[in-house]
Amino acid sequence: MKRIWAWGALTFGLLYFFLPLIGMTNFSLKMRRGEYSFDAYARVLADPKFQETFGFSVMMALFTILFGIFLIVPTAYWVRLKMPGLRPYIEFVTLLPLVIPAIVIVFGYIRLYNTSSWLPLTGTTTGTNLLLMFGYATLALPYMYRAVDTGLRTIDVTTLTEAAQSLGAGWITILSRIILPNVLVAVLSGAFLTFAIVIGEFTMAALLNRPAFGPYMQLLGANRAYEPAALAVIAFGITWACMGLIQLVTRFSKHTRAQR
Amino acid sequence: MQSDKTSVPAATVTMPVRTRRTLPLNWLGVLPFAIFVTLFLIMPTMKIVVGAFQTPDGSLTLDNIRGLFTPSIMAAYWISIKISLASAILGCIIGFGVSAAVVLGGLPQWIRGPLLTFSGVASNFAGVPLAFAFLATLGPVGILTVFLKTQLGLDLRLLGFNLLSFWGLTLTYLFFQIPLMVLIITPALDGLKREWREAAEILGASGPQYWRMVAFPILFPSLLGTLALLFANAFGAVATAIALTGSSLNIVPILLFAQIRGDVLGDPHLGYALAFGMIVITGIANTLYIWLRARSERWLK
Amino acid sequence: MAFLDIKNLEKVFGQNRVVKDFNLAIEKGEFISLLGPSGCGKTTVLRMVAGFETSSSGAILIDGKDVVSKRPNQRNIGMVFQAYALFPNLTVAQNVGFGLKVKGIAGSEADNRVAEMLKLIGLPDLGNRYPFQLSGGQQQRVALARALAPKPQVLLLDEPLSALDAKIRVSLREEIRMIQQQLGITTVFVTHDQEEALSISDRIVVMNGGRADQIGTPFDIYNRPSTRFVASFVGTLNLIEAKVIDPAANRISIGDQAITLKEPLGAAKVGDTISLALRPEAGSIVEGANGDTALVGQVMTSNFLGSVIRTRMKVGTAVISFDMFNSPGLTPPSVGETVTLRFTASDLLIIRE
Ligand SMILES: Nc1ncnc2c1ncn2[C@@H]1O[C@H](COP(=O)(O)OP(=O)(O)O)[C@@H](O)[C@H]1O
Ligand SMILES: [Mg+2]
Repeated sequence: MKRIWAWGALTFGLLYFFLPLIGMTNFSLKMRRGEYSFDAYARVLADPKFQETFGFSVMMALFTILFGIFLIVPTAYWVRLKMPGLRPYIEFVTLLPLVIPAIVIVFGYIRLYNTSSWLPLTGTTTGTNLLLMFGYATLALPYMYRAVDTGLRTIDVTTLTEAAQSLGAGWITILSRIILPNVLVAVLSGAFLTFAIVIGEFTMAALLNRPAFGPYMQLLGANRAYEPAALAVIAFGITWACMGLIQLVTRFSKHTRAQR
Repeated sequence: MQSDKTSVPAATVTMPVRTRRTLPLNWLGVLPFAIFVTLFLIMPTMKIVVGAFQTPDGSLTLDNIRGLFTPSIMAAYWISIKISLASAILGCIIGFGVSAAVVLGGLPQWIRGPLLTFSGVASNFAGVPLAFAFLATLGPVGILTVFLKTQLGLDLRLLGFNLLSFWGLTLTYLFFQIPLMVLIITPALDGLKREWREAAEILGASGPQYWRMVAFPILFPSLLGTLALLFANAFGAVATAIALTGSSLNIVPILLFAQIRGDVLGDPHLGYALAFGMIVITGIANTLYIWLRARSERWLK
Repeated sequence: MAFLDIKNLEKVFGQNRVVKDFNLAIEKGEFISLLGPSGCGKTTVLRMVAGFETSSSGAILIDGKDVVSKRPNQRNIGMVFQAYALFPNLTVAQNVGFGLKVKGIAGSEADNRVAEMLKLIGLPDLGNRYPFQLSGGQQQRVALARALAPKPQVLLLDEPLSALDAKIRVSLREEIRMIQQQLGITTVFVTHDQEEALSISDRIVVMNGGRADQIGTPFDIYNRPSTRFVASFVGTLNLIEAKVIDPAANRISIGDQAITLKEPLGAAKVGDTISLALRPEAGSIVEGANGDTALVGQVMTSNFLGSVIRTRMKVGTAVISFDMFNSPGLTPPSVGETVTLRFTASDLLIIRE
């Protein structure tokens, strides 16, 4: 009795998720009349705009990840090591991007860093790209900080640092050779999640007028029929790959740890 | 009102005070982070908040806030709140059902791992592509629409269903709301100890009595807290709505998007007020979430 | 007729026979301990009595009625769990009153009963606290009060003290025993701690691999273990191999030293090896100590344990430990010294499996 009810609930949930996935896959294959084909994919992949925007978003994602690591790993480490009293405040701040909608943040950017302001970031292409990257880093902040901080919790930061210092290591060495490798799994998890967020992000890129993948998809959706479905399948594949990689590194690290 | 600019939140306010007590060198370590957060999170937000109470020439006013109380803007807020609330409530109920089925329903253990992984993917699959997936499923020529019409003779359009409507958007949002609920509530359900159930049973309680008197009250803060989080999650969602409906649905994020793009309200400071209203609403929802989570964690220590 | 009667109880998990032909008859008001190493099936027996596990075969009778087909909430049993299992959302008073509430008892009758229970466990003023505001010992008292409030016929306790500090463990176990005697409630107490079982039980069931090896009073179990397992599990016991010299005269030898036993050797033949048990506290090396038997050996180690000094000595190939009570005038034996251990021949028990 209980079992039947449970299977029912699960089936409903699975149907809810798989129907749209089936729907978009099916649609993406129907470009040629009367038969299934990969025409929509071919069309999308051959579109120079696709290549351009996708490349742009991948680059943005990579820079965001690098920037995030350089900003967050030292900070989280430092707070754990020297200023544990500050942790609640930092945690609160890192959760703010979940509270303040992205559209509001980017609205603030546009008003604060326009050409007539003290820091006219939107005045140049590089400046706008930089601003967009900072925006993405802000969006990823809750996930990245949490991942790194959780990773740091599992190692004894103080002892490791003191041991390294007693052997004559400097801060750069400690961070890059000791702390980073020990929280690598956490950092990678955060990185893949960041990648998944950045690659399809729409609001910030659209409002800053950057040629990113998200606005491209939206534009295509407004003008074409079958290609958007193919794009959705590709985007889903990327999300799935990112989550799969997170699982993989986590499992791999458990495996190696068990061997020690 | 200029002085307001210096009153940034707690983390930075305490800075000069603490500096005198601890070594200033320690603060150097968090300086990059503090600068980043100030420049790209706090100052932009403050700009909006302050702007909402300013006239174009910089003097204090409540006119912008008052300007929100026009029928069309109120309608936008109202439908936004309705969609967010509906998708949050339904997401909570369905997600709870799915999670309970797996944790408590006696289903095979191996289902858990894939379900959680899948929820991780689905909860992150939002924005533009999600809208496409739903258009391809429930749109005018979507697979489900066509299937229902040709096989079962059910014409969704004639039944009054339209993907570009309140229910359409709610259904779409549920795609990421349900898995988010599953991700958050599964650990909470795991936290229900077998001994509680057994203790209740041996004291004479029936299954429903156990749920009413023990399990549900224990889960309640988590449930309500997750509801608040899902609400905020839906309320701030822009991309899905725009990709799905273009600008045909008058909800706050779309209105704000159009305002930023082209000042459709004809008053830049009314845009600030509109954004400020969003912060207030998601802020309330999240404060509720944090407070309730702290409560449930206190219990489950 | 026994109040709680367990007959031929069996439990099989998959291929694994966890409880085997378990028989136990408990009188009304008796305090019984199930004692055994972890994994021997104590919890499983208890959970079958409570109704959380269904027995594979056998009968469980309470007051003459078979309860096997009843659900846990129909059995009128009280249970205390190792991890307290208090409801975290309810106050102490609400926890204690839970059983009354689900039975439909309310108002002043329930309030009085709760107050009475809280007084019984010595926490009359903590009714409004939540479980997370209590110490482990206090939580377990509340769990006891909660189990007792609906006046159950039988009280089951599954290692209720093992999550607590050593000091509290001792005081709480005495308190549990006092409350049990005061209420006269039939009680089954599961533990892997022999000292706990010995100190508070009317009778002890020593379990080994799903079976009841021996059932008896603490005195019996400790002094007359019937199997090698019971002998080694209960107390620290010397198990000594001995050779039979003359079965008719009960003569045996330990490391070439001949000894006459009190117990008859039975069917043993000359040259057979038998197992003997000797308690560490049975012997003494103090001059003039009474004892009709002696073994001479060499001291291997001597450890000061506070109230006693435990010495291990070698007799031939056998190693024997013995304890001496500490006193200021005592000089502990030194390593390598040759000593004579004196004891009464009847302290040497023959272990027949
Ligand atoms: N639900 C179960 N499924 C399979 N095996 C079990 C189950 N419960 C207990 N066992 C096994 O039964 C044996 C006895 O367990 P238990 O009664 O808990 O021992 P004790 O309480 O004496 O430590 C153990 O080997 C344990 O692994
Ligand atoms: Mg046990």
